[in-house]
Amino acid sequence: MTEYVQIAETVTPLQGAIHRLEAQFAGAVRRDDREGFSGVIVDSGRLVEVATFARDTLGFSYLSSATAVDYLGKAEGDPLEMVYHTYNLQGGPALVLKARTPRSEATLPSLVGVWPGANFQEREAWDLMGIRFEGHPNLTRILMWEGFNGHPLRKDWHEAYYEEDTKPFDSRWPEGRVSRAEEHNPYGRNVKYPADFALDGYESLAEKALYDAAPMGVHVTDMATDRVVVSMGPQHPSTHGVFRMIATLDGETIVGLEPVMGYLHRNHDKIGERNTFLHNMPFTDRLDYFCSMSNNHGYALAVEQLMALGKRYEPPTYRAEAIRVLMVELTRILNHLVAIGFLLNDLGAYFTPLMYAIIERELILDFFEATSGSRMMCNYMRFGGVAYDLPQRIEGTAALVNDRVRDFDTMHYLRDLINDRLPRAIDQTNDLLTTNEIITNRCIGVGVLTREDAIACSAAGPVLRASGVPYDVRRAEPYSIYPDLEFDVAVRYHGDIYDRYLIRLDEMRQSIRILKQILPILEETKGQPFFAGRGGQYNPRIPAGEAYGRAENPKGELGYYVVSDGGQNPWRYHVRAPSFINLTALEQMCKGHKVADVVAILGSIDIVLGEVDR
Amino acid sequence: MTNSDGDFLHELHHPDVPVPEAVRSVVTVTSFGKLMDAIYNWGRRNSVWPMFLGLACCAIEMIATASSRFDQARFGMELLRASPRQADLMIASGTVTKKMIVPIVRLYNQMSEPKYVLAMGACAIGGGPFKEGYSVVSGLDKYIPVDIYVPGCPPTPQALLYGFLMLHKKIDGQSLGNRNSVPWYSRTPGEDVPVPVLGPDIIDPRQAYLLRRATTTASEAHASA
Repeated sequence: MTEYVQIAETVTPLQGAIHRLEAQFAGAVRRDDREGFSGVIVDSGRLVEVATFARDTLGFSYLSSATAVDYLGKAEGDPLEMVYHTYNLQGGPALVLKARTPRSEATLPSLVGVWPGANFQEREAWDLMGIRFEGHPNLTRILMWEGFNGHPLRKDWHEAYYEEDTKPFDSRWPEGRVSRAEEHNPYGRNVKYPADFALDGYESLAEKALYDAAPMGVHVTDMATDRVVVSMGPQHPSTHGVFRMIATLDGETIVGLEPVMGYLHRNHDKIGERNTFLHNMPFTDRLDYFCSMSNNHGYALAVEQLMALGKRYEPPTYRAEAIRVLMVELTRILNHLVAIGFLLNDLGAYFTPLMYAIIERELILDFFEATSGSRMMCNYMRFGGVAYDLPQRIEGTAALVNDRVRDFDTMHYLRDLINDRLPRAIDQTNDLLTTNEIITNRCIGVGVLTREDAIACSAAGPVLRASGVPYDVRRAEPYSIYPDLEFDVAVRYHGDIYDRYLIRLDEMRQSIRILKQILPILEETKGQPFFAGRGGQYNPRIPAGEAYGRAENPKGELGYYVVSDGGQNPWRYHVRAPSFINLTALEQMCKGHKVADVVAILGSIDIVLGEVDR
Repeated sequence: MTNSDGDFLHELHHPDVPVPEAVRSVVTVTSFGKLMDAIYNWGRRNSVWPMFLGLACCAIEMIATASSRFDQARFGMELLRASPRQADLMIASGTVTKKMIVPIVRLYNQMSEPKYVLAMGACAIGGGPFKEGYSVVSGLDKYIPVDIYVPGCPPTPQALLYGFLMLHKKIDGQSLGNRNSVPWYSRTPGEDVPVPVLGPDIIDPRQAYLLRRATTTASEAHASA
């Protein structure tokens, strides 16, 4: 015990926690001593004990991310490794727990009992990496369908259109002829089947498995009405894309709800591991397609962390950081306005409130287009800065023939937008909606997520903060120039739809506050470099190691877990998507409410399917 | 439209069918059928109702097209209908995955004729940036017929509006008298597209013979070895 006190005086809280773990679980916990890696490797037999100790005694109560890495050919025995990033809600860096399992019979104990937020993430690891979690309540495929052949993220699993392990491919022009992937597949499609597959008599499991989990029929003893299973989506105007829910109803009351996703699963991780580091930047745009700028930022942060492990690293310039914050905060306002518009859509005010939001969105997109060249998919940030400086003037690049001809000075345009236009739009939203009778009646007290549940289910962003947890990555583990900026972390305490709506208004006001501080910085730094790399080199050498870069996205904490083996491509590239993990708590929020409330609750979580399914 | 009606309209296109006196006094008409085509197509193209099928990123630009600045209502597309029964145009706005193509084919079959499909964005056209991935369909037209392709990632609202204009042009070119131009003017009702099955990978029933052949060859090779 005395030894522990001595250590605590000289080391950071994180190191202290690791010392305590090592003392408590001698022999079962060892440090990850690979160059560039951090955290502890836990003996899989005692993983649950260690996790419980970390949560209860050490205070790492928030599980941010849980993901698997395939170390085929990189470590002895070709193990699969599960990586858990846990955080203290008081702030500070992550305690990283890792557990290894052999690939032939990959099994690990489930941590759903410790952190319910691990539920979907473990299902994802089972689906894509084939790790079986013992004790998981519902270990079924989540992104692919039941019956799919193989676990695609394993390094030895190759898809139908497989060409080479890594890009750039040696030749896209074999013998001077262009070839397309379809031409090499006998089916002319992106399909492949196992050798022993027999078509005749085959029964698809994809739908059967879903409905088996939600039994219909009468409970003769205690039930007055039939239970009805309703499938909502994937094509439904209120599911914000191709999301699907299997709801079990008793009359009109929800008694069970199973989110079904994967209808927009587009292999972000697998493609990301084949791409070079820079290749991935435009792909991040397409995760949360409202917020391409902030997705870029999170990924740039992760790779910059990796670059900082090397010898010669130049952090982004001050102007680059200021431009990044400008873009990210504008994105936050854009996203929250549209999110409120969609929420109202779900409450029955079809399309009109959304129109108001889209007016402001178009103005922000004009600025994005003038700066980055694209309205939505900006692909703007680079490792060490941004791709272009702000333009001198914003011209009517998107103007229709009959539209007003637009030509503004950029700073004038921004000043007008930030000081006048956007605050007015936020106030207008507030005036029109906040005290509206229908909204208060339908939102107050509906879809409550308690503080404890929000933490346990790893909710993030506005959903977490509306439940009374003032946790904001911009303050908890500051990045970029946020420490220099003055703003408050918005927090509300009821955890219902109404608070999740109000907190978005609060956050937009805080963003305006930040933006007002950014404007003079942009004026001061005019003409300074916006990119730190030497000679405009966008694709630097990335040293081996791991990094977990996280940014406070409008929808919640967006994390990128990147492992580099020192080559041109990331060995593992995983996205901790806030929308995906926020859905863990959906069933809990919906139970006991009417079926019409489900769409409103879903709208108040504010999901985007590009990020849910990746 | 019953067969007898269809025959009647077809016969109108015959040059021997006389143009009524009342019409001839107002305009010069060479063929009554062509006049019918023009009026009929004018009505159809100016009231195309798209279906609300937001698949991915492009859906946001589709919504932007529908809202204040771009206002697709100017083209007679007043509402995005959520039900396939009320829609004439399927805008496949985004990445089509193997899991999603099953409902899309079902939705396409449920749409009432005349029906059109617009593939919006690189993904719906040919898989786009995600084509190489294991769960993405490399083009919507591998499964259902596509009328208009609008490239871009995502296409701007202007590009989508241009796609609508191209659709108008296409509708204008269709004729009641030409049974072979489109399925819905033919004698027999159009056939449904067979719905794919989610097996070990996605199975298109139209390719079952290929799959059977491949598995038979594989099992024979196995037996001989």
